[in-house]
Amino acid sequence: MSAWNSRTEKVDSPTELAEIAARCRAAFARQKSRFVVCAGPACLAMDALGVLEEFRELIARRGLHLDVELLFEGAETQAAVVGSGCHGFCEKGPLVRVEPQGVLYTKVKVADVVEILEAALDHGKIVERLLYHNPDGSTCLTEREVPFYSGQQKIALKRCGLIDPEDIREYIAHGGYLALAKVLRELTPAQVIDTIQRSGLRGRGGAGFPTGDKWAACREVRGEPKYVICNGDEGDPGAFMDRSILEADPHSVIEGMIIAGYAMGAKQGILYVRAEYPLAVARVHKALQQARHWQLLGENIMGCGFNFDLEVFQGAGAFVCGEETALIASLEGKRGWPRPKPPYPSQEGLWGKPTCINNVKTLATVAEIITHGADWFRDIGTSNSPGTAVFALAGQIKNSGLIEVPMGITLREIVYAIGGGVPNNKAFKAIQTGGPSGGCLPEALLDLEVDFGSLRKAGAMMGSGGMIVLDETTCMVDIARYFLEFTVHESCGQCNPCRNGIYQMLHILNAITAGKGQPADLALLEEMGQMIVAGSICGLGKTAPNPVLTALRYFRPEYEAHIHEQACPALKCKELIAYWINPEKCVACGLCRKACPVGAISGERKVAHVINQSICTKCGICLETCPGKFSAISKVTGRQRTELLARELRGFPHNLATDGL
Amino acid sequence: MGTIRFFIDGREITVTEGETILEAASKNGIYIPHVCHHPDLKPAGMCRVCVVEADGLLVPACRAPAAAGMVVKTGGNLVNKMQRLAVELLATNHHDDCLACGKNNACKLQEVAQYVGVDKQRLTRFQAQELRPVDDSNPFISRDYNKCILCGICVRACNEITCIEAIDYAFRGYAAKISTLSDKPLQDSKCTSCGECMVRCPVGALLPKGGVQAAYEVKTVCPYCGCGCGVYLSVREGKIVGVRGDRESKVNEGELCVKGRFGYSFVNHAERLTAPLIKRNGRFEEASWDEALDLVANKFREIQAEYGPESLGGLSSARVTNEDNYLFQKLLRSLGSNSIDHCARL
Repeated sequence: MSAWNSRTEKVDSPTELAEIAARCRAAFARQKSRFVVCAGPACLAMDALGVLEEFRELIARRGLHLDVELLFEGAETQAAVVGSGCHGFCEKGPLVRVEPQGVLYTKVKVADVVEILEAALDHGKIVERLLYHNPDGSTCLTEREVPFYSGQQKIALKRCGLIDPEDIREYIAHGGYLALAKVLRELTPAQVIDTIQRSGLRGRGGAGFPTGDKWAACREVRGEPKYVICNGDEGDPGAFMDRSILEADPHSVIEGMIIAGYAMGAKQGILYVRAEYPLAVARVHKALQQARHWQLLGENIMGCGFNFDLEVFQGAGAFVCGEETALIASLEGKRGWPRPKPPYPSQEGLWGKPTCINNVKTLATVAEIITHGADWFRDIGTSNSPGTAVFALAGQIKNSGLIEVPMGITLREIVYAIGGGVPNNKAFKAIQTGGPSGGCLPEALLDLEVDFGSLRKAGAMMGSGGMIVLDETTCMVDIARYFLEFTVHESCGQCNPCRNGIYQMLHILNAITAGKGQPADLALLEEMGQMIVAGSICGLGKTAPNPVLTALRYFRPEYEAHIHEQACPALKCKELIAYWINPEKCVACGLCRKACPVGAISGERKVAHVINQSICTKCGICLETCPGKFSAISKVTGRQRTELLARELRGFPHNLATDGL
Repeated sequence: MGTIRFFIDGREITVTEGETILEAASKNGIYIPHVCHHPDLKPAGMCRVCVVEADGLLVPACRAPAAAGMVVKTGGNLVNKMQRLAVELLATNHHDDCLACGKNNACKLQEVAQYVGVDKQRLTRFQAQELRPVDDSNPFISRDYNKCILCGICVRACNEITCIEAIDYAFRGYAAKISTLSDKPLQDSKCTSCGECMVRCPVGALLPKGGVQAAYEVKTVCPYCGCGCGVYLSVREGKIVGVRGDRESKVNEGELCVKGRFGYSFVNHAERLTAPLIKRNGRFEEASWDEALDLVANKFREIQAEYGPESLGGLSSARVTNEDNYLFQKLLRSLGSNSIDHCARL
């Protein structure tokens, strides 16, 4: 620790924090050029670490490398490089932002670093080719100009990608812990709860329970000690909202938890984080250590006599432990099983004591509400769901990544304005919200205004915030099957409807995708789904049939085609399609014949080739091999496929086209 | 605790506050089908067969407390659909072997299936489980996973009644099963073979080995220790073929240990001594009781005469009754010895 650091290592009073924050801001302002490299999960996978190292090395080679501590001694740096948490625009990673101008570079490779550095430091210029290019060819200089960012409004993700998550001073420079200072200096616990209640904040874990009411309930219940738990057991496939916050801005969650503890009269908090998030765990540990060191956590916080400490608990990888009662059971060392509510955790939680469990995003929002006030928050979003929603945008969409948008935004805005639409000239088919327990909504519902109520009404749910866009090549039976496979695997096995019911629904879906569906199956699936929703113990079972129920509601004809016509309209289900070479288009070039790994294609020079259906494994290599100018190979399904197979049996496998099929 | 009044299918019921809907119903002679509930154990609410409609909401009757003025419907479209699906899902994962099953006619699954009604066509549409080998490791209890419907009664019995905690759920979701520690055979676990799980198993997943139907029962007291547990012996063709605890007995309220429940085979064992034996010329020979007692009395007399009365000692048994032990010490003292003890101290 430097001299400066050791002088100010303890924040003795709330008023002192404001002075420290000003000093931190001034110190970081002395960084003349600051290169912020996104080291979020997606960018790391694209070698962001290599980029970061290259920056460090090149800056050091210029003799510019300066210890951050010296900034606090009044020194200036010509160039500083920071590895931050997720910037959100994962599709274009690795991302580099050059501050103070805020120039955004996309898809930066190690080899590009020298150019960026020279442009910024030597010439005061921009590397045009690395800027974000709009579809019309124009470029965007800063994040604010990029459509992906301009439609967003960040509260929980406010500092994600902005600061170095491993240096508490950056958090403080950006207003961190000032909300806690305000709480300790000015507000009674009842006033804190009142503020959160008036703000209308609802639980961001998916259920949308009013956070203020939860805190109030926990405060009112008698029992000591009380516990505050942060639920960071994010498990939806494709979701990484909580992970990003914990990795990019851990202090915002810690600050929210301390405020929650103060409001409820709790002295102990537990951060429950998946063990599969090692970086988040490490960052949280480091943040806790720094916060304790600065007297922002632990005994006598900011000299105000309030004690609150936190520990980290690593979840062992069960999806169901994201359910609050299962989470508590696993904390107690028991099998991760949910139990029926009531009693609610606020009445009987961890070790039978009053316990409040909030999601990472909820807690990351708390400090902002305290800082800006309940009315400010209420003005954002819709009346029944104020504030913003964080989504992990994934699937067949141009701009995948992490976004935060005001509630009430339409799905269309998310998919097209922010997400940039569906790539590869494919048509939009459905959007799946709420993770494996959410629902698939069709194009007709794209103008739906997203909030807790509207999504539930449409049969989907907010969930923890996964949002997957599906294009026309997606089979809706197959996708429902995929999600059920996940919930079958993750069901805890306690209650009969969930353990056996979802498994049997999956079995029926498997049959349908294999062309073995029966006419009564759809009614059976619907009845089972409704009963599993009504009869399961916990949220997992109560929502697991949603993908099937919404698919049946919005895409029923596709299911019927599978059953009645043995057809997969999306040409996805392997057992319902066949590859077929159109003899009128085939020029007998022989490429497919040579490429076929199982020797299913026969033909000679100048003789149109034919696929032997009994040998074909439907790997699709022939389709990819056939040159685009011929496009002789296609997938057929339904009656065309049946006819093809029948002809092959009769020894005339040829011409579907000339028969007008 | 006060009493409250509520309604089941229009009938007004008065119960003590805190009682569940299922308890209230069964006390008033109203049947609500249920599988995973057992009156000796805490309610689990897992099988969802006992769902009823309480003020418009589906709730498991075994867990939901009755509330004042509550209107409960034990039938109706929603309840019937849920109950039927729950029973069908359990039945799908239950090896259909009724006629050869030791639980035939006493099976909870048969009972609820009969009441709720199942759809044969749907049962065949569902995927049945793959058959797994039966765990035969325990000398007394046979454990057939193919019939287990995962109601968890055995786990709760082991935890709540005997506090042995030898079994619990293992694995997740559809792969979940009742397992010992590290999924070892029952015999290699800390199971004490008391059979409390077995007698509560609602289906044929846990059955006594070699169990047969009794011709009649005889009420008696277990002879193994001084506890005096009440038992009913199952008798067939004049032989004991089984034991069950007497739930009316104040001593054990129906519970038994491994000896009381399974240790009866010695009664009709071929090697059991049925007459006194006297060793003559190095070989044991059968003798009459008079002969044997005379011999013992004479030997006692000889020892007394030669070494004095204190040279005699008596060792009684914890298996005999207090009255027998009293008489035994009286006999020893009448012979002039105070050296009396019992085997359980050894």
